[in-house]
Amino acid sequence: MQSYTFPDKLGKYGEFGGRYVPELLMPAVLELEEAYEAARKDPSFEAELNNYLTEYIGRTTPLYEAEQLSKHLGGPKIYLKREDLNHTGAHKINNTIGQALLTLRMGKKKVVAETGAGQHGVATATVCSLLGLECIVFMGEEDIRRQKLNVFRMELLGAKVVGVSQGSGTLKDAVNEALRYWVNHVDDTHYIIGSVVGPHPFPRIVRDFQSVIGSETRQQSLEKQGKLPDAIVACVGGGSNAMGMFYPFVEDTEVALYGVEAAGKGVDTNEHAATLTGGSPGMLHGTFTYLLQDEDGQIQEAASISAGLDYPGIGPEHSYLHDTGRVAYPSITDEEALEAFQLLAKLEGIIPALESAHAVAYACKLAKEMSPEQSLVICLSGRGDKDVEQVKAKLEEDSNGKA
Amino acid sequence: MGKHKLESTLEKIKSTGKPLFIPYMMAGDGGIDQINERIHFLEESGASAIELGIPFSDPVADGPVIQDAGQRALANGTTLKIVLEEVRKQKDSRNIPIILMTYINPIWNYGYEQFAKDCDAAGVDGIIIPDIPMEEEVEIAAQLSASGIAFIRLAAMTSPDERLEKIAQTSEGFLYAVSVNGTTGERAQHEERTLSYLKKLTKQSKVPVLAGFGISNPEQAKSLAAYCDGVIVGSKIVDFFHQGNRGEIEKLIGDTIHS
Repeated sequence: MQSYTFPDKLGKYGEFGGRYVPELLMPAVLELEEAYEAARKDPSFEAELNNYLTEYIGRTTPLYEAEQLSKHLGGPKIYLKREDLNHTGAHKINNTIGQALLTLRMGKKKVVAETGAGQHGVATATVCSLLGLECIVFMGEEDIRRQKLNVFRMELLGAKVVGVSQGSGTLKDAVNEALRYWVNHVDDTHYIIGSVVGPHPFPRIVRDFQSVIGSETRQQSLEKQGKLPDAIVACVGGGSNAMGMFYPFVEDTEVALYGVEAAGKGVDTNEHAATLTGGSPGMLHGTFTYLLQDEDGQIQEAASISAGLDYPGIGPEHSYLHDTGRVAYPSITDEEALEAFQLLAKLEGIIPALESAHAVAYACKLAKEMSPEQSLVICLSGRGDKDVEQVKAKLEEDSNGKA
Repeated sequence: MGKHKLESTLEKIKSTGKPLFIPYMMAGDGGIDQINERIHFLEESGASAIELGIPFSDPVADGPVIQDAGQRALANGTTLKIVLEEVRKQKDSRNIPIILMTYINPIWNYGYEQFAKDCDAAGVDGIIIPDIPMEEEVEIAAQLSASGIAFIRLAAMTSPDERLEKIAQTSEGFLYAVSVNGTTGERAQHEERTLSYLKKLTKQSKVPVLAGFGISNPEQAKSLAAYCDGVIVGSKIVDFFHQGNRGEIEKLIGDTIHS
């Protein structure tokens, strides 16, 4: 395989990506690109970032051998990349700390962010508290209902949380409002986008900050088993944990990569979030990528039990990796994710986020086709404490329905 | 038709010394049968051209008034295809230039080439696409040019001088000078720097310069038009139509152009 150099100068991954934003935002987008390029070349930026990653966030996260799960499935050796052990309980903070440091470098004092499950909002509020930045977070009303505790967490951390009632009141609508807020306050505000989506250079910046996941996994796998894993599975909404995990392995074609989308109630229903399985290319939130949309180009609502995967788009680099066939993008239903959520809790004493449970569920399927000499890494992108109340209600509802 | 019609119409009005006034209306708000009816009303009320908004599910450059109008239009079943068909029906019975304002995704799904051809067939004279900066314009610009449709560029107050110059020099039909740092919708007043920005653009542009965003009354319209060639009013017009208050629309246009 040729060396992988995406994105190109225009922020494209093949035909995907780009900068489909109002002219008003172009100077901010270009300023960010410049600030990021300068930061990358500045050893003091890397040193500062690494210091926070180690001392504040608690990296390196373990690559944990899940012996009980491996035994239960009877296939390959299964490892969990424990992003749930990061400060704030998910991978999101790898990106927010990097972007908050960039905000300071650009001389901006305010940050706006969107959040779905609340994990990115909490991770943003956390670093803003740490670095003395003002923080406003847009969150869909439906998500506020699903994730009440995360709203309170953000407020405790000093952030202002603003409910978004437009559209379906979920992540897509929160991104719209965050973008509008940025349009209205671009002079003094940086937008810390939470996934590998949005106009260039966001998909690249978020990927690079999240690549610490894949880089550590690569090194840990070599140390533990003297070889790279045979397969890696990560969940994909916008796709930041997956992109951060996959990117350092993109040229290692012997490593099979799987990005697991949320199939909701099934990809043949109207209630799913499997963009690559059920969508088509188009422009949303500043980028050209696969979207759930109708034939007139109106964006459709996504649906998933997991707020963090409930997004009708996907990062443009995933669209590229999908079309070239480098990464496979299967999907997992709500029901399968719920089973995996309980399975991991019972076998390993680890409650995964519902998002990550999609990756666990697919890994269980994949393991059946693999042999004991092989190894499989699951990116356990977050912890499931935030989901416990919702899962309890859902399981009670299901058992009442069956009774 | 197309670019030539738009440019010659605007030049003719400009030569009378009156400010240009382009109202924005959301196509399909109030019903699909209202599209041609409202165009006719705005033409009769003294509009220089009409900016016809195509509803989109995720309009990030728009404030709440136009967002809500777009949702109503979508609920009425409005699509780009239907709007083009409606506009085509009255092609020969109107003189006023028609400009479509649409986000890029509905055009992408329609197909750029087909879109440009159907615009030409429908008597659409210009296109405004708020989420296409110069970095992404090549493909769509080529198709519009092939069909003789004016591709109206947007300038922003955040744009540095070299970008402004390029935008001002490439714009066709007129130059849309976004005159607030924000989304569409009413503003109490415009900043001092808006005026110098408009003056600068007027000097650089080969086509008329119109200020838009945040303009809601004749006083604001006149004070901005003194520094450029005219104004675009969106949210306020959309709001008046929604309230059924057409008298106020006639007054807003009339008071601005007859000064």
